[in-house]
Amino acid sequence: MSDLVDTEMAVVMSDGPLRRWLSVDRIADIGLRLAVLGGVYLFWLLATRAADSIFFPVPTDVLPAVWNDWLTDSTTWQDNIVPSVIRLLYGFVLAAVLSIALGLAIGRSQVLLEMLEPTIHFLRAIPPPALLPVFLIIFGIGDMQKVMVIAFGVAPPILLNSIDGARSVDQLQLDSAAALQIGRRGRITKVIFPAAAPKVFAGLRVSMSLAVILMVISELVAATDGIGFRIMRNSRNFAYVDMWAGLVVLAILGILLNAGLTLIERRVLRWRLL
Amino acid sequence: METVVTTLLSADDIHHTYSPGKPEEHRALGGISFSVDEGEFVSIVGPSGCGKTTLMRCLSGLMQPTAGTVLMEGRAISAVPEDLTLVFQDYSRSLYPWLRVADNVEFPLKDHRLPRAERRKRVAQALSDVGLTGHETKYPRQLSGGMQQRVAIARALAYRPSMLLMDEPYASVDAQTRESLEDMLLDVWERRNKTVLFVTHDIDESVYLADRVLVLSKGPSQVIADITVDIARPRDQIDTKADPEFVELRAEVARLIRNAGSDPT
Repeated sequence: MSDLVDTEMAVVMSDGPLRRWLSVDRIADIGLRLAVLGGVYLFWLLATRAADSIFFPVPTDVLPAVWNDWLTDSTTWQDNIVPSVIRLLYGFVLAAVLSIALGLAIGRSQVLLEMLEPTIHFLRAIPPPALLPVFLIIFGIGDMQKVMVIAFGVAPPILLNSIDGARSVDQLQLDSAAALQIGRRGRITKVIFPAAAPKVFAGLRVSMSLAVILMVISELVAATDGIGFRIMRNSRNFAYVDMWAGLVVLAILGILLNAGLTLIERRVLRWRLL
Repeated sequence: METVVTTLLSADDIHHTYSPGKPEEHRALGGISFSVDEGEFVSIVGPSGCGKTTLMRCLSGLMQPTAGTVLMEGRAISAVPEDLTLVFQDYSRSLYPWLRVADNVEFPLKDHRLPRAERRKRVAQALSDVGLTGHETKYPRQLSGGMQQRVAIARALAYRPSMLLMDEPYASVDAQTRESLEDMLLDVWERRNKTVLFVTHDIDESVYLADRVLVLSKGPSQVIADITVDIARPRDQIDTKADPEFVELRAEVARLIRNAGSDPT
């Protein structure tokens, strides 16, 4: 019986990642996705040509602007991309650290859960953009206010998933640790934390896309730099090519952030991929 | 030659009642007393639902009985004592799926501040004791049920307690795997001078493995018999089970359990 399982595993292993990556199915799969993406581009091109409007510039103008005026322009990096990314990461990391710690604590304590649940649901019912004016009053117009808007907005999915993750830790895994003389601290860091990790990451993924949204929103008001600020300014100044280019940059940023998170997730949750 | 027999673990009139005083009150243990000497292999067998798991949780210190005391090396226990560990039936849930086999085995050692070289040595020895050398870098999920239970046993061994409590550890593996796990356990018990308390609902298993078989009544359970098994060691799955003494003993235990099951005390 055990030998049989072993042989099965060996077959899967020898049919490793590289072979799967290069398989015919895989190539067909990638081909299909690229075809759809190409179709969307073609639609964009034809629609904007037909519209012939300054509000909807053709992609053949927009894409060069993405490259020349955004991605290869050092002033753009300094004034728009870097400030935005820093705010986003500060807000995201701040929210993640606090929400994971608090969420795991709440999830393991019935008392804390009952005490805090109504408050959490009340606070998360407030749409974060509506807090912009409040945070402006509290934190002023600087980076702090924007970081806090992002942090506050991305916290709920991480918090709720961490609570859920901590609650769903198998009691037997904790009993095993107790039977092996693992102390309270060890049980938190070596059992509860990894056991809750899949759910925590599910929360982080949702929050990462929220973070991009909130970053842009926070930069629409009382901002002097950032990607969102420049998009807004462009639309007021009728610089529509640059505005559309900014949207493409946001999409690229979103993809990169998500890819980064996925990379970390794959490392941490390696055991689940097998 | 004179050998000093020391009692390692003893239970003194243990009672346990779930939800006492409430309508759903359930008396699981009704006054259990026995003791296990150092180096002994004792099995506990009883009809299903007789509170075996409750007893194991109380004996291991994971749970406090509502009355009575458990003594480990003469001292009353209030948490899991240092020199004892528990192996659970459900290996798939008691192993950590995010740790590779070797890391699962090393898991309790890291918390006890053992030097790296010593930890490595113990992991290698424990895995070799259970016959899993060569599987160090696999994840539990990649192993069969029997092999996963071997990992759980190796984890308990690496930590080197003198006493192993085992709560129906082989109840969810197939018959052939079970036999090889039984022999592996006997081998380790002998070689590493362990004391084992082995709970099972399988009568053959209880007699085959043990020096003594304790028979429990239906819940609220009590020890209704303490049977000495004087069959020569090393034991053999085929020869021992054909031995007239084995056949006689298994029949005796079976009768006790049948009577205990039909006539609750």
